[in-house]
Amino acid sequence: MKDDKTDPLAPHGHGPPPPESPEVATRRRFLARVSIGLSGCAGLAVAAPMGGFIIAPLFRKVPHEWRPVGKLTDFKVGETVGVTFMDASPLPWAGVTAKTAAWLRRVSVEKFTAFSVNCAHLGCPVRWLPDAHLFMCPCHGGVYYADGTVAAGPPPHSLSQYASRINGDAVEIHTEPIPID
Amino acid sequence: MIKRLLKQAWEVLDDRLGIRALVEPIMKHPVPSGARWWYVFGSATLIAFLVQIASGVTLAFSYIASSSQAYETLLFITNDAPFGNFLRGLHYYGASAMVLMVGLHMAQVFLAGSYKYPRELNWITGVLLLVFTLGMGFTGQLLRWDQNATWSVVVGAEQAGRSPVIGEHIARFILGGETIGGATLSRFFAIHVFLIPAMIFVFLGIHVYLVMRHGISEPPKPGELVDPKTYKKKYDELLKKDGVPFWPDAAWRDVVFGVVMVGGIILLASMLGPPALDKPPDPSLTDASPRPDWYLLWYFAVLSLMPANLETALILGAPLLVGGLLFSAPFLSNRGERSARRRPWAVAMVVVTVLMIGSLWIVGAQSNWSPNFKVEPLSAEIVGATTGPVAEGARSFHDKACLNCHLIEGQGGRRGPNLSRIGEKLTHDQMIIRINTGGRNMPAFAAILTPVELDGLVAFLESRKAPGGK
Repeated sequence: MKDDKTDPLAPHGHGPPPPESPEVATRRRFLARVSIGLSGCAGLAVAAPMGGFIIAPLFRKVPHEWRPVGKLTDFKVGETVGVTFMDASPLPWAGVTAKTAAWLRRVSVEKFTAFSVNCAHLGCPVRWLPDAHLFMCPCHGGVYYADGTVAAGPPPHSLSQYASRINGDAVEIHTEPIPID
Repeated sequence: MIKRLLKQAWEVLDDRLGIRALVEPIMKHPVPSGARWWYVFGSATLIAFLVQIASGVTLAFSYIASSSQAYETLLFITNDAPFGNFLRGLHYYGASAMVLMVGLHMAQVFLAGSYKYPRELNWITGVLLLVFTLGMGFTGQLLRWDQNATWSVVVGAEQAGRSPVIGEHIARFILGGETIGGATLSRFFAIHVFLIPAMIFVFLGIHVYLVMRHGISEPPKPGELVDPKTYKKKYDELLKKDGVPFWPDAAWRDVVFGVVMVGGIILLASMLGPPALDKPPDPSLTDASPRPDWYLLWYFAVLSLMPANLETALILGAPLLVGGLLFSAPFLSNRGERSARRRPWAVAMVVVTVLMIGSLWIVGAQSNWSPNFKVEPLSAEIVGATTGPVAEGARSFHDKACLNCHLIEGQGGRRGPNLSRIGEKLTHDQMIIRINTGGRNMPAFAAILTPVELDGLVAFLESRKAPGGK
């Protein structure tokens, strides 16, 4: 394969190019540089918007919203329940993936705490065990107390929280990104 | 007459296209005659890749890469489309075969010292192809776009998010925004179907070209050292003396092994079918237990078993370290002994790697660190009482999630110690302290249990003794 004679891609009937004069060599060097430079510019002009398109989600400003998750009377003091709400600005074809969940705890008559369902370890969905008053993660065994603090396992910190409020007779949660540590 | 016409047509075509001039040197290039069954894994990887292209393109006729519709199209492919279930299985077991073969090929090349001069770049491109193969495996699992897939994306994003400075940006890039949503699936589809395959084509082309350029390495002999000054000359002489044409003298083994492998893939796809679809990809459904496909289960185990204080360093550093070692192998040692018989450290590295991945794989499949959410209350037979403190304690043991992590007579979780004989090991007071204060892997129950519940629980645990034990 190292012998040119056996190179399958070598076209027939083409010998080595004739020797070149200094003028021709300069001209060829110039033409080669112009060709490479022009190709590079064209490539960059095409690639730049492509790169921008692909990384656009990083810079997409999503206006966060307050989402109602139920009536005030739906929640009992001291209870933690799962609630579902829509992302702030879902794309039209998001379907069910536009939904998000939170664990909502009514701490007192006037106060709610909304926990992210994402385990602080690697983001798996934690489950609330009402009789045990614990959140447990199915992936790597993280456990949290009812107030979201770490009870056992690998999570490095407490469960993240959403802002929540009472608006009239509705309880609302403020949409947030998936917590990334 | 027809034969003559066909022959003339072929001559004209070949004259214009140069097919024979292109293909013949490749097919007939000489290879060492001793290259036998150990050399079939590279071509088997290529054959598995071809199965993946064919089955993947076919599946794409029905699959819609939309976050809202992908799951429904998969249900259609699996349950309604003719051969759809089989094709999904073919694609899954083809991927499994590709991962397996690329691993075997790599181990064989390493053990035979074939990565040494002049084939250093064959190895480097091979390592890249391994990375792309695993990338295809991970992204392919996500295209299943069920509950397991969506949560796996989150886990992937969280891991990437541990990177310093740009971690959050990488995580957002993976998610396609701030949350799982419309943009998530389509970018994984583009990566799985266009980007990584394009990279595989490019580097596969370079890899095969390099195999042609440097030739298939001769089987190593103990004491026959690689010296860059003399190797090529010796190799050329070996081929002149002992070489045989690749086709068919060596290629028949590749064909036979490849056909057997494809037969195995077809058999598994027909008999076992594809992995079952999980629940719909609804991120608000929290009763999920995300698990990777088998070829990444060992990594799932690593994530669970690593010490918490080293976690971020290991998540980020270990792949870089392993990648760095693999890339640098031919530069650390590109000459000298090739035979595995004289390279005990090389053999030890392969054996340790296989044992490590194998053990982690088994541990990952068992995933004892995960709480068992499917436990039923203990039966009266196991508890040994239907009323009184022991029975009440057994009920609390289930209700307070102790049973999710502890085993009693084979029932329960395995995250914590087996408590079937705990009555023989801890005193009454020790039990109270342990339950109230917990430990690193156990919650403190002081604020959770009432005094009555605690008394019952201790009574139940004290009764956990071997039959006839006091």
